[in-house]
Amino acid sequence: MAPPLIPFFVLAFLLVITSLMVVFQRNVVHSALSLVAALFLIALFFIMLHAPMVGVLQILIYAGAIMVLFLFVIMLLNPAALEQRRGVWWWFGTVAALILGGLLVAVMTGTEPPPDPAAATALFGSPEMLAKSLFTDFVLPFEIASILLLVAIVGAVVLAKREP
Amino acid sequence: MIVDIGIIALKAFLVLFMVLNLAGILGWVERKGSALIQDRIGANRASIFGFAGMGLVNTLIADPLKFLTKEDFIPPAGDKFLHTLAPCMAFFPALVTFAVIPFGDVLVIGDRVINLQVANINVGILYIFAMASLGVYGIVIGAWASNNKFSLLGGVRGSAQMISYEVAMGLSVIGILMVYGTLELQEIARAQGELLWGWLPRWGVFLQPLAFLLFFVAAVAETKRIPFDLPEGESELVAGYHVEYSGGKFLMFFAGEFAEIVTAAGLITTLFFGGWQVPYLMRDGFHFPWGGVRLMHQWAVALLQVVAFTVKVVFFCWLQISLRWTVPRFRYDQVMRLGWKMMLPLALLNVAITAIVIIAVQ
Repeated sequence: MAPPLIPFFVLAFLLVITSLMVVFQRNVVHSALSLVAALFLIALFFIMLHAPMVGVLQILIYAGAIMVLFLFVIMLLNPAALEQRRGVWWWFGTVAALILGGLLVAVMTGTEPPPDPAAATALFGSPEMLAKSLFTDFVLPFEIASILLLVAIVGAVVLAKREP
Repeated sequence: MIVDIGIIALKAFLVLFMVLNLAGILGWVERKGSALIQDRIGANRASIFGFAGMGLVNTLIADPLKFLTKEDFIPPAGDKFLHTLAPCMAFFPALVTFAVIPFGDVLVIGDRVINLQVANINVGILYIFAMASLGVYGIVIGAWASNNKFSLLGGVRGSAQMISYEVAMGLSVIGILMVYGTLELQEIARAQGELLWGWLPRWGVFLQPLAFLLFFVAAVAETKRIPFDLPEGESELVAGYHVEYSGGKFLMFFAGEFAEIVTAAGLITTLFFGGWQVPYLMRDGFHFPWGGVRLMHQWAVALLQVVAFTVKVVFFCWLQISLRWTVPRFRYDQVMRLGWKMMLPLALLNVAITAIVIIAVQ
């Protein structure tokens, strides 16, 4: 059940283009919208890999909620006022990104696909399967993650409410 | 193979045809209906050889022609590309959502079983929420690309409002999912054909009345209509997020709003009012609880189901339209308080109570 190749390469090409646009656009709103497009394309990848649930959740949460908040903040804060380019950190960032990229390429070229991938069953990627593994095998990490998010929200409220 | 693709294309065409035409007719209902409610005459100027057709000529022929032939103005300081993209993004979600809403049971032709639904995916409801959550971009991008303070304020209001009500909307549907135990809309519609105590259809509204109320209010808030039309509130923001739009692009925002109404009505029907179910109508005809059986041909049954679905959808469209001309607009703090402090806790309470009842019944 390997994904068909031509749609894969079309999607991958578009994904690389949009991801590059996130970095290279001058306008922050354009960058954010390119990120939305990239996240949408990643969701299409999940759907091609027989995981419609993960794909739809990707759109719902990342493209539909988190990026809207990003745009919301960008519109309110007018980041053109924050413009600042090519400080000392720019060079550190470039070097760090190059090192990370080199490491990733090394890892990816060193990986071999499993010789005989298990065939996807009919239930693979269905809400039932996802819920079953989430609430039995991985219930502790799942709950810890939700408590972490709760703590972050409470912390944000405390910081925002602090008297000057 | 080709026949299958043809059938899917035909279903998609039929659904789009119905939604778009219903959206157009709703424009007429909005104008003439509001005139009726407010004791005015309403649109009656345009006519063809003296035939005005109760304002139909005006709203269905003259208005669109005028929209399409007007100058398409893009603010010089605005963002040209995004200004054009925004109406498309506002229009898109309302149309694709209808793909997973079933409008009938199955038709058996020869050895082919046709599901009367464009796309049956096992995460139907999540797909709907995913598409609905993309609807915000039309407003936000349009508001920002116009480079206008009023439209930006409208966009900020709109995005905050839609995110807030999506939460309550999603949580109110959890109760329905728990009762019927599936995310597939066709399965949910099918499960509502069973009977409770032998005579009451197991419709969502009888099992989850609170969820219905919450979902309905959240759906009205998501379509950004009065009492939740703060993003475009005329008396405060001129026209809010679409203040800089004219001609065809404004028509797209306008028609998108009506398409959203139709989609919301379709969802309410499917989740809470049995979808295409007619009470006591099984696949082979009526089976009345008091003993009568009236067998019917499967084409007659399918036709009845589609008609029932359409009637329910039209009813909820009309309810939403008449709501607009009945109640005044909220203040913005009231909108936020209603969403976060009343509807969200009630939706959570509904989920908890539903869980307790389900476990107690088992």
